[in-house]
Amino acid sequence: MITLAGLPLRIVPVQVMQATRPHRMLERQWMVNRAGGWMVLLSGFFEPLFYLLSIRVGFGALVGDVEDGGRLIPYAEFVAPALMAASAMNGALYESTMNVFFRLKYDKVYDAALATPLTSGDVALGEIGYATIRGALYSSAFLVTMWALGMTSSAWAIGMLPVAILISFAFSAIGMAATTYMRSWADFEYVPSIMLPMFLFSATFYPLSSYGDWQWVVQISPLYHGVAMTRSLNLGEWSWAFGGHLVVLVAMALFGVTLTAKRIERLLLP
Amino acid sequence: MPTDSNAPLITAEHLVKRFGDFVAVDGIDVEVPRGESFGFLGPNGAGKSSTMRMIGCVSPVTEGRLRIFGLDPATDGKQIRSRMGVVPQMDQLDEQLTVEDNMILYGRYFDIPRAECKRRAKELLEFVQLTDRAKSKIEPLSGGMKRRVTIARSLINEPELLLLDEPTTGLDPQARHVLWDRLYRLKQRGVTLVLTTHYMDEAEQLCDRLVVMDQGKIVAMGSPRELIEKHSPREVLELRYPAGTNDERASDLDGVGNRREVLPDRVLIYADDGEAALAEVHRRGSRPESALVRRSSLEDVFLRLTGRSLVD
Ligand SMILES: Nc1ncnc2c1ncn2[C@@H]1O[C@H](COP(=O)(O)OP(=O)(O)O)[C@@H](O)[C@H]1O
Ligand SMILES: [Mg+2]
Repeated sequence: MITLAGLPLRIVPVQVMQATRPHRMLERQWMVNRAGGWMVLLSGFFEPLFYLLSIRVGFGALVGDVEDGGRLIPYAEFVAPALMAASAMNGALYESTMNVFFRLKYDKVYDAALATPLTSGDVALGEIGYATIRGALYSSAFLVTMWALGMTSSAWAIGMLPVAILISFAFSAIGMAATTYMRSWADFEYVPSIMLPMFLFSATFYPLSSYGDWQWVVQISPLYHGVAMTRSLNLGEWSWAFGGHLVVLVAMALFGVTLTAKRIERLLLP
Repeated sequence: MPTDSNAPLITAEHLVKRFGDFVAVDGIDVEVPRGESFGFLGPNGAGKSSTMRMIGCVSPVTEGRLRIFGLDPATDGKQIRSRMGVVPQMDQLDEQLTVEDNMILYGRYFDIPRAECKRRAKELLEFVQLTDRAKSKIEPLSGGMKRRVTIARSLINEPELLLLDEPTTGLDPQARHVLWDRLYRLKQRGVTLVLTTHYMDEAEQLCDRLVVMDQGKIVAMGSPRELIEKHSPREVLELRYPAGTNDERASDLDGVGNRREVLPDRVLIYADDGEAALAEVHRRGSRPESALVRRSSLEDVFLRLTGRSLVD
């Protein structure tokens, strides 16, 4: 990892820099799923279909066009990219919260791994990587469905996929970091109370401009930055703001991975 | 990499582990040569697991010097762990995988090719007599079987050093004997075993040499035989009196044997000749409910050194 010398050396902690076997955690997931866990993943493919159909058939007809950034677009094309961003977040958080908690506290998967040459950075990156894959699978299914239903607006829409992977990575990292602070299952009751408002108020269903003086609240939401990116890619419209959103998500991802690795060290390697 | 076969596998000098202000391991010195079976004997809370975790490179050393294979855990943890097998106090088997997959995955953590993992898994399951359970999930297995899977799994990287933290605690006698037999075979194959236990019979069965630990400190070191000879007369007379009368009855026995311990449930008299001591007890007209003469054990050594029982 010395090839990344310079800047990353200072931001990325030693735990992550020394991670050389994160793929072993992915291999573990592959073995678990091979033994009958694929159904959980499949369920994620149906969700977008139902969502998009309801918008296409219902909302779309009722609401008409929306003005976003000085341009009128059909409501369905306005909402769909936002829902894709949300599906990346959801897939990532399903995996990185409850499932990680189980492996951390009950199955002792990480304790066992840390007795081998694997390190806290390997565990953090590997597990976040798997949650990212789950989020990315959900959003890929979403994109395909969008395209099949004619809800993509430009060829740039394919760029929503890498963005969805980044969203998924950022939320997996933050989700796993947060999970290391959970004391019991009861603490997970707070997760929906954070996810739901974020889902509703990230300029998901109406443009940022409609929030008036409260736009800054929306801009605090990490999902908003993801939504802004997928939306602009779907339309094939670019602005400098895109770079800003990118920085926010990358920062979130780095922070989450770092914190997770440190927390694992603190919890499991006292 | 130092591969001097005469160099000790583990060297600890004034090793300390603190959790906040609490001192769990209080400056111990230990040296384990290659091929030896070495034990830490001590009651709950003595600091055995804390010591094992430092040796296993999953817990940083607070103070002192620790070397394993001549390497420093602080800088070469990964390399040390790759050459060692660990059986933790609590089984950490992957409940979502089968027995065989547990073994294969563990091998993959050591970067062993998948086909080789499969071959070793098969061989090791045979070794721990669980071949017929290869495809079973973990959950339905008995405690003793899980322990054997854990041991088999810890051997997947063909370790030079095997750490076993209370390998048989909580198992029934039969399961313990099966495990001892397997561990004895490993020892014969030249694997260096380091184990903790609070069972004196386990320590006597498996350890060439051991330290007695209490409250983070080493209170004695030697082979089981040496320790017993040094710290305890050859035989012990165990007397049971009606409940609650041990203290008063004990005073009738002044001068019988070399030494006396009054426990809540029995009185122990240490003597080179237990039968002679019992005859003297009877001559004095003392009538215990039961009397038993046995050889001194590590339990007695521990009692002698700390004034407390190993298992309470
Ligand atoms: N992570 C920890 N944080 C605080 N105290 C600990 C921790 N681990 C062990 N201890 C304390 O250290 C002491 C020694 O524990 P341990 O090494 O597990 O003893 P043993 O294995 O001999 O029973 C105990 O009093 C225990 O409560
Ligand atoms: Mg212990």
